[in-house]
Amino acid sequence: MAVAVEFSHVSRHFGQVRAVDDVSLTIEEGAFFAMLGPSGSGKTTCLRLISGFEKPSSGTIRIFGEDVSNIPPNRRNVNTVFQDYALFPHMNVADNVAYGLMVKGMGRAERLRRAEEMLALVKLDGYGGRKPGQLSGGQRQRVALARALVNEPRVLLLDEPLGALDLKLREAMQDELKALQQRLGITFVFVTHDQHEALSMADRLAVFNEGRIAQIGSPEEVYARPATRFVADFVGSSNVLPPEITQRLGGPAKWSSLRPESLRIIPAEAAALAGSVTALRYLGAGTRVQIAVQGTAPGAEIAALVPAGIAVPQPGETVGLGFDPAHLHVMEGA
Amino acid sequence: MSAVLAERGLGDRLTGLFWRRPNLLLLLMIAPPLIWLGLVYLGSLAALLLQSFYYIDEFSGVVVPEFTLKTYVELFRAQNLDIIFRTLLMSASVTLGCALLAFPIAYYAARYARGPWKAAFYLGVMLPLWSSYLVKVYAWKLILAKEGIIGWAAGVTGTTPILDAVLGLPFIGGNSLSTSFLGTWMVFVYVWLPYMILPMQAALERVPLSMLEASADLGASHGQTFRTVILPLAMPGVIAGSIFTFSLTMGDYIIPQIIGTSARFIGQAVYQLQGTAGNIPLAAAFAVVPIVIMLIYLHLAKRAGAFDAL
Repeated sequence: MAVAVEFSHVSRHFGQVRAVDDVSLTIEEGAFFAMLGPSGSGKTTCLRLISGFEKPSSGTIRIFGEDVSNIPPNRRNVNTVFQDYALFPHMNVADNVAYGLMVKGMGRAERLRRAEEMLALVKLDGYGGRKPGQLSGGQRQRVALARALVNEPRVLLLDEPLGALDLKLREAMQDELKALQQRLGITFVFVTHDQHEALSMADRLAVFNEGRIAQIGSPEEVYARPATRFVADFVGSSNVLPPEITQRLGGPAKWSSLRPESLRIIPAEAAALAGSVTALRYLGAGTRVQIAVQGTAPGAEIAALVPAGIAVPQPGETVGLGFDPAHLHVMEGA
Repeated sequence: MSAVLAERGLGDRLTGLFWRRPNLLLLLMIAPPLIWLGLVYLGSLAALLLQSFYYIDEFSGVVVPEFTLKTYVELFRAQNLDIIFRTLLMSASVTLGCALLAFPIAYYAARYARGPWKAAFYLGVMLPLWSSYLVKVYAWKLILAKEGIIGWAAGVTGTTPILDAVLGLPFIGGNSLSTSFLGTWMVFVYVWLPYMILPMQAALERVPLSMLEASADLGASHGQTFRTVILPLAMPGVIAGSIFTFSLTMGDYIIPQIIGTSARFIGQAVYQLQGTAGNIPLAAAFAVVPIVIMLIYLHLAKRAGAFDAL
């Protein structure tokens, strides 16, 4: 497999702010790659570095082996689905989709035929004559997708593609995007701050924090074996345990992480770790129980997920916590 | 604690009244401007239109209030058509000049100027509007006159031959800049420029950056993005600005009086016909010409899709 996108020691500074700080990564051809991180972590800047809307302050970016440092966005064979879709309001849907073909000089009949094909691909056949303002959010998103894909890009960039959609539609579009990517075989790079979205769609992901990559790997790796406290906390709201608790649980004196779903509520006297219940949050498929652990600094709480159907302790109750030692993940990083 | 709070006086009573009858508030708000626009403004326009269908008795010089198209026929005399075409040409070229000068300024202000630079932009555009129009026009006369600033600067820099060559151009040239159509055009462009910049800037401000990025992302060059995205989206602002510059030029009678040749423009014709000549019907008919031209212009602009992005 060829390498689609390669960053080597790329930095992008805005004045004193290091938006992207010495990032190196490779994205394989055909991958569905997610850049995950909180806002301001540098993930969107990385996407804009690939599309060419930002220039690196240092380092080089290669797309399919070619150094694109001096190539403007219009000559890069990558296309973007923008967060606000950025559809042209004065053109109808068909002309929007055909825009990329028009500026390349393709004849009107041919480009409209291809636009119609693309609209069929995103299940919007027959919508060509409408204006973007007449479409729903989900439909606009599909038009933006068709408008990018019609150019047959080698890499498709998606900037928070599902952020503006409601939950139900978002889940449907996740499945659809994934299916589309597998069918077309194009490299997809998408930016999101939603860990569920990243975990469920991507086959590789990079977690960004303060302009740097905190961890890069498959969703399973990142979820089960977070490299740093930040990753453990950001991806799937894990319990991040300080060295003294890790030791009480039989591990080395290092930071560790333990997923709420790996913890069981057991009688206090039998447990290595016990505490009193401070709050409950009902989540439908289960209940998240917050427990203030005895013998630690106040405010240090551990969350356990009690699946539906199992008795939930009440606030104030003292309970013990049991777990499978195999699930305790000791972090080598800080 | 009761569920309903006590009324605190007139303010609460009015709020309650308007809440029960929302249309009343709307009516009270728009009634004064509606009366002003309806009676004072449209009424006088109707009176003007009516006057243009009267005619003047050639022997007595008295206005005869009978419906006729005679006055309009008079507009089509060669000397009057000259005035109309001259005014139309001047208005069109002033509008074009304003648009070309205003675009980069408006684009800079909308896209790049932030904080104090934005304030400087507004101040810079508005500042000339704070001083009297007459002062500015006479100042320009000093700048453009034969012994004026431009002539002096040309002499100092040794570019007098260039200035002479420009003044030697047929039709737009003349004895000096202050007595040529070129001079009239320059002053018109200067005086009306803010009216083009501001609506253009407002329209460009509403074009999101992501739209320009999307265009580039899809392979468009800067020129293509300008033609197919920026210009169509900014068009309502350009049209709004051009309505100002076009109609203001068509109606003005002071600038061509002070700067330019002795050839007359519509404004001057109206001024003289209603004053010294006492020919109110012909003055009214002349005044209808800009209105008709503006209506045709708006119709063409609409057909060309200038308002599609509104």
